[in-house]
Amino acid sequence: MKVHISATGIHMEADTSTPETAVPSSVPQPKDDFQEELVIRPLHSGDIYASFQFRTLWETDFMRGNKVSHYRLFPKSLGQVISKFSVRELHISFTQGYWRTMQWGQPFLPSPPGAELWVWFQDSVTDVDGTWKELTNVLSGIFCASLNFIDSTNTVQPSASFKPLGIGNVTDHSFLRYATLPREIVCTENLTPWKKLLPCGSKAGLAVLLKSEKLFHSSFHSQAVHIRPVCQDWQCKTTSWELRQTLNVVFDLHTPGQGKREWSLFKMFSRTLTEACPLASSSKIYIDITDNPQGEQFEVSPATPLLSQAMVLGDRRTFSVYDLTQQITFGTVRSLNLLIRWKSRDMLRPLLHGERYVAGYGLQTGEIHTLMYNNHPYRSFPVLLLDSVPWYLRLYIHTLTVASKGKDNKPSYIHYQPSKDRVRPHLLEMLVQLPPNSVTEVTVQFERALLKWTEYTPDPNHGFYVGSSVISSLVPSIVAMDTNSTREQPLFSSFFPCKEESSYFVRVYTEPLLVNLPTPDFSMPYNVICLTCTVVAVGYGSLYNLLTRSFQIDEPSPGLAKRIANIIRKMRGVPPL
Amino acid sequence: MGLLSDPNRRRALISLLTRLNAPICVVCYMAGVAWFMGLAFEPFTLRTYMSENAMGSTMVEERFPAGERALATGREFSAHKKKVGGMPVDWLVKTMQARGLEVFTQRFSRTLPFPDENKERYLVKGTNVYGILRAPRAPRTEALVLSAPCTPGDNNNQAVGLLLGLAQYFRNQVYWAKDIIFLVNEHDLIGMQAWLEGYHHTNTTGMDWSPLQGRGGSIQAALSLELSSDVITSLDLVLEGLNGQLPNLDLANLFYAFCQKIGVLCTIQGKLQRNDWDSVSGYSHSVQTMMLMVMKQASGRPWGDHGLFLRYHIEAATIKGINSFRQYKSDTTTIGRLLEGMYRKLNNLLERLHQSYFFYLMPSLSHFVSIGYYMPVIDYILLLICALDLWVQLATPPPRTEDGVADTEQMSSPGVLSVLTPLVISHLTGVEVAVEHFPVSETEAVVLTAIAIYTAGLALPHNTHRLLSGEGTEQGWKVLKLVAVLYLAVLLGCTALINFSLGFILALTLVPVAAFVTPHVPKILSAFILVILSPACTLLFSVFFFQELQEMPVSFIDGWMLFLSVISQGILDHSLYGSLVYPLIALLVYPCWLLFWNILFWK
Repeated sequence: MKVHISATGIHMEADTSTPETAVPSSVPQPKDDFQEELVIRPLHSGDIYASFQFRTLWETDFMRGNKVSHYRLFPKSLGQVISKFSVRELHISFTQGYWRTMQWGQPFLPSPPGAELWVWFQDSVTDVDGTWKELTNVLSGIFCASLNFIDSTNTVQPSASFKPLGIGNVTDHSFLRYATLPREIVCTENLTPWKKLLPCGSKAGLAVLLKSEKLFHSSFHSQAVHIRPVCQDWQCKTTSWELRQTLNVVFDLHTPGQGKREWSLFKMFSRTLTEACPLASSSKIYIDITDNPQGEQFEVSPATPLLSQAMVLGDRRTFSVYDLTQQITFGTVRSLNLLIRWKSRDMLRPLLHGERYVAGYGLQTGEIHTLMYNNHPYRSFPVLLLDSVPWYLRLYIHTLTVASKGKDNKPSYIHYQPSKDRVRPHLLEMLVQLPPNSVTEVTVQFERALLKWTEYTPDPNHGFYVGSSVISSLVPSIVAMDTNSTREQPLFSSFFPCKEESSYFVRVYTEPLLVNLPTPDFSMPYNVICLTCTVVAVGYGSLYNLLTRSFQIDEPSPGLAKRIANIIRKMRGVPPL
Repeated sequence: MGLLSDPNRRRALISLLTRLNAPICVVCYMAGVAWFMGLAFEPFTLRTYMSENAMGSTMVEERFPAGERALATGREFSAHKKKVGGMPVDWLVKTMQARGLEVFTQRFSRTLPFPDENKERYLVKGTNVYGILRAPRAPRTEALVLSAPCTPGDNNNQAVGLLLGLAQYFRNQVYWAKDIIFLVNEHDLIGMQAWLEGYHHTNTTGMDWSPLQGRGGSIQAALSLELSSDVITSLDLVLEGLNGQLPNLDLANLFYAFCQKIGVLCTIQGKLQRNDWDSVSGYSHSVQTMMLMVMKQASGRPWGDHGLFLRYHIEAATIKGINSFRQYKSDTTTIGRLLEGMYRKLNNLLERLHQSYFFYLMPSLSHFVSIGYYMPVIDYILLLICALDLWVQLATPPPRTEDGVADTEQMSSPGVLSVLTPLVISHLTGVEVAVEHFPVSETEAVVLTAIAIYTAGLALPHNTHRLLSGEGTEQGWKVLKLVAVLYLAVLLGCTALINFSLGFILALTLVPVAAFVTPHVPKILSAFILVILSPACTLLFSVFFFQELQEMPVSFIDGWMLFLSVISQGILDHSLYGSLVYPLIALLVYPCWLLFWNILFWK
């Protein structure tokens, strides 16, 4: 099969020639389902967090021999990718900005700055690296992003941090590939293909709000696509494929002075809602009013009688629900423009957060410090730290130290894969127990490599990026979690599978690093070449000559007459001339 | 090269060199000095120009409106400062938070090795407050710093006010691509050192500080603001940093460009630019400006809070507001607009500042001398020719005797010993001067001890001779002088590469010493000259000369007191910030000079 990558996406020649046998002709009962959802959460910092989730469920099997060729809600381009590359799970995110955990709390779906891609392949794949390479190139075309820069030097196989989120009990991490591109800039050209994957496009439903001029006028923007197989019912007799498209955005609410602050759908997105996506089985807006039980912090209008409770991120939260499939929601003006008026604010500390920086000065060595904060007052919990460091920072792994509260904190599990120059990055994974109310500091020293002159980027003095570390953890929960995953619940609360009742899964990304490497002065080579050539040609040769030869005064050979005279003098016994 | 490979001609050349050695040395020295003086002559220098494309043609608009409000904030700050009797930490935290910044504090403490008499401090404890303006949709990889020191008394309140005013204004702008850190540091340089060490998690000087909670990635550039009046007549740019390091010239260009654009008078070394370069007074003006820069750079101390950033490869400068009696005044709004413009351009940077020069001298703000132009000075002055002469004299074979081999061995063995001993002893003396832990804790005592050890070193020749078994030979002093001359040449050459000004000033005084000294010159007179040209006296003269250049001449007594305080400051700079000038002088330059002293008293 031959794959063409074009600006619009991919076409597969083989598909067009396949006879359409897979379509069940008798029962037209749709086996797919589409839901859309928007959560708006006023943050403690006073900013406002809007999270869109679009979920398409499809009961089909891409892996069978016969090709799936009839697509209704599920985007065909992604379906073909799944079947061609035997993908078990695919998670891709594009993020512009850094999620400020300390100000904003935990996001529903975390993602690191730049692009992140992790894929579990089916165990039928023989050449995983080759498939991965092809897959990244295809995705690069689909999402109009530079994912083709993912190669062996920034791909790792984490052993513990990235477990499959869907069904399937895979433990062989040789089928997992993980890569980040911290430098990837996310903009409208990535948003447009992302919107095209939605069944209603941006024509109807919640997606009409996704206008790039507003989405990219924010403090944080992240869009993602998650594909995984999930159970259809709680007994898991049948499985279906789930495609989740999420988009998270944080709007900056800072206004000078202490005037009246209000925010509405129209102000945020420069649109109001008029209808749900006709293809959607459910279309809802949730507004988090947990911190606002009596309406003393902010007020929402129009008010809604519908309330919903959900367990999210270890906390029981209350939401006002607006069901867009009900005509009454839109009122008499046939348009919904939610309005939030602020009154006051306070601050709450997230239980887990991390930060990272480069210590030291000079261009020879440095030290990477990763700080992990456990703000829980009395519970300690383990975290998995994943660090993927490019080869041009040569880690001195013997200098690795992990310390909490000034004491050595020995990790119970360390997986380290050393780098190979120009081939693969360092991979460091470890399981660390974070004591309650503490900061755990992981430090490791590194040496900056001198690159070959063609390996420098066009802007070498900007520095080189090191992707975010990933801290994954089961954080003790304040309330008991609901582990029944098939019960009707909002989409945003059901992404990470939850096995235990007393804790919830959190993934935290630290900031990426910008590291300066020793950089030659690229304007100089011409001068240097000229100068060195001259010096070598003129100076060195003759100087070498002078130094290695010994000079002696060469007596000029005597003339013929003198020689004869000397012979005569010798015979006479007189000293020669 | 054919000239050299022909032994006859080579011999002729060498004999010419040895014969004309003295005049050639003098001519080279003169040429070096003349070249240096020529550097300040405007037609010989280059105009400054912006090399960085990202800052060059991009247009920015300055719209900062709130100068008056900034001054009001400054007055409020001053009131709170007076009330608390130091840094009003709580007030600053609250004010910065109200302006929408993420605010953090850092506590630090430092015990000085001996009390600092100038600033009357011994145990320094303080708190830095900084707020980070997070750029929207930026991944916290790059940052810019704007700092203002919180100084005791009535100084610098306006700077803090303007900093807070700018923070408020910047917070509402959408174009930031780099985080901006607004820092108010207590105890000026010590606070700055603590903050920088905390930020980069290094500890070079043994200071205690609490770790920083918030960071903004790698800092690309920094400006430090000093402003003590509501209106100013001119802005002064300070570039000289620790160990004579300078920020990239583009930072100075940026400042100059915005001063021109906004119409603020700008100065460097407190000297305005003049247009009459062809007149004597115009020329002497630019010589003075350049000499001031040379003196400041040679001192190796940070001349503003920016000086400590340079170690971390962060381009930084201090901007000082000056209020003199000129008619033309600029208000705070204008300075705010100037800073806004500079930060917007720095915000546009795609790479670190690297396009322009890092090694330069500035005879005026619009002209500069690059390393390629000033380096020949030191090449001329260095006395490799003198060394060559000595080498030739030593290499000429002694009159051949019957057992020639044994004779040369006999001659060389005392030579090695007689050279090694003074070398070792003079360095030991240097170590003694350099050791920081004097058994005394008073400033004067420390300085006087240093001077005493220094002077005691002058008795060295006698000690050396006591150690030596035999008489010093003619050959011996020549070997010693050859070693000393080469040593000095290497030392000054390396110093000049790192800190040209220091190398130049030392070369100016030490080279004549090195050239003329032999055991055969009149002892008393030569000893006097040697002492006059010793490193300590150079420093004393520099103090007077510096005061003269700043148009603040001092009497001899004041100059002497200043000299003592300069020494104590040098020692303090070394232990507080890691300045290298004091150890360099004590460990290398002074022992080298002692070698020449030794030659003079060779017996």
